[in-house]
Amino acid sequence: MTRETYLLSRTALPNSHTLDVYRAHGGYRALEKILKGGYTPAQVIQLVKDSGLRGRGGAGFSTGLKWSFMPDPAKDPRPRYLAVNADESEPGTCKDRVLMEKDPHGLVEGVLIACFAMRVQAAYIYVRGEYRLPHDRVAAAVAEARKAGLVGKNILGTDFSCEIFMHKGAGAYICGEETGLMESLEGKRGHPRPKPPFPAGFGLWGQPTTVNNVETLQNVPFVIDRGPDWFKTMGTPKSPGNVLVGISGHVERPGVYEVPLGLSARTLLEEYAGGIWKGRKLKAWIPGGSSTGLLPASAIDVKMDHDGLREAGSMLGTVSMIFLDETACTVRAMKVISRFYDHESCGQCSQCREGTQWLAQIFARLEHGQGRMEDIELLSSLANGMAPAKTICALADAAAIPTHAIVKNFRAELEAHVTHKGCPLADAHAPHELEEAHA
Amino acid sequence: MSKLEVLPQKLRDEFTELATHYPLKSSALIPALHRCQEELGGWLTPDILEACAEFFGLEPVEVFGVASFYPMFKLRPVGKHLVSVCHNIACNLRGAEEILAAACQAAGAKPGHVSPDGRFTVERVECQGACTAAPMLVLDGVFHENLTPDQVGTLLGSVK
Repeated sequence: MTRETYLLSRTALPNSHTLDVYRAHGGYRALEKILKGGYTPAQVIQLVKDSGLRGRGGAGFSTGLKWSFMPDPAKDPRPRYLAVNADESEPGTCKDRVLMEKDPHGLVEGVLIACFAMRVQAAYIYVRGEYRLPHDRVAAAVAEARKAGLVGKNILGTDFSCEIFMHKGAGAYICGEETGLMESLEGKRGHPRPKPPFPAGFGLWGQPTTVNNVETLQNVPFVIDRGPDWFKTMGTPKSPGNVLVGISGHVERPGVYEVPLGLSARTLLEEYAGGIWKGRKLKAWIPGGSSTGLLPASAIDVKMDHDGLREAGSMLGTVSMIFLDETACTVRAMKVISRFYDHESCGQCSQCREGTQWLAQIFARLEHGQGRMEDIELLSSLANGMAPAKTICALADAAAIPTHAIVKNFRAELEAHVTHKGCPLADAHAPHELEEAHA
Repeated sequence: MSKLEVLPQKLRDEFTELATHYPLKSSALIPALHRCQEELGGWLTPDILEACAEFFGLEPVEVFGVASFYPMFKLRPVGKHLVSVCHNIACNLRGAEEILAAACQAAGAKPGHVSPDGRFTVERVECQGACTAAPMLVLDGVFHENLTPDQVGTLLGSVK
């Protein structure tokens, strides 16, 4: 079955990252439409609301509604900002990178339309520091657009002016949390802020701010150009449009694919990723990035949308699917995942700072043969102490949710690690891990 | 005593321009630390951090606190080439530990250490956003994806 695609429609073209190619394929048409067609900011927000576009950064909140939270400049004349979250770092997630490398003008146009709609005059694109090529591509696109009169003062000869600044992060996952991102953009440690106050009232430098994900903004020019009705012909009634799905792990064809929400996980695995590699069987899979937890093979027919995964006891997250074949060890996977959250906890909240450390230690000792049967209850009890909603941000939840998932879905494998005094699958594993120096 | 002369004039000029991007000058600190690390030997010495504090009107302790928070900032000497091997889940499933072992062997260094000849630092890093092209490593800021252990030896052998 052929499914309509648009997000990745330009990415296979030679020099898709340049202004000429972008313009030759419909680029900046949406911006011209609103600037020269006499649209008001409120009308643009209404179009985005009508389209049903939901944020693609993980939370899935209505984009138009989020934009409407920005105060009316007539009543609140403070400077206002857009921060673009290009700090993609949830393990399994590498979709925004494809867009920034191959279609950077799509992001620039999305940013400009968002700034017009929210009457913002300065946007900051916060790109994770490791993304050198994506950063450089977007920076080059901004420079090209500026030269063509699309960024800066009096865009396309109208009274709309907007600056776009690039900003590089420096390797901290927590800066993908919107308030951590704002702290980091201000030049500080990425310590998330308690909410409220919410960014629309008190964001960057204390001013009204909206934070949007890259893929979300890349959808916006298409919504404006082709209209909300077209957008709603794809996906599900509650989650219209296409999404980028990253498929990684033990599959034949790992990759970033553009799909409508609402397909089954099996369709994504088999039709898009070519099934489990090497003719092996599926053992476990993660639906939406490492924080969404391991599901058993029996859940593979679940519908990949917000509601379908909630019913399966998981979350859509960033729609980043990671597959484990029958030779893989779920305890080892959790050792790796819990080590990550321990490393990335910012340390502000004791539940998270201590909890992530304990989880990482317990999964490591189970995997390496020092586990005790009581450890399984201890994992649940720690996870219950960390989440839900016990900390400033959701990093503790991101560590607790996959912990609950393994206890629920793979308890027998945890127990086998205790009775076997180590990983029963150890022979299939890599050589003994080299320890990192702590000097 | 002023530490500013630790920063070459070229960098100070860049920082002055960078600071105009933000309503607060000190918000340019993190991009500035990146530039220092790129231009001044691959790691941030205490002198560099103090110079940045002076430039941005911050206390040295504030700059140390920021620099030590972010894993990309190196606060100890590094080798001439930085080899960062992703060890997170997608890479782990496709052989990250073998890639790390191959990198350590080719570099002659343990993870987190500088090789005795000073050419390499090899480190474990968390997810780099290359999950669909795992396993991978980053050599001096450039991604190398879909790697086999054999390719790692060749790759590290190709740099001076």
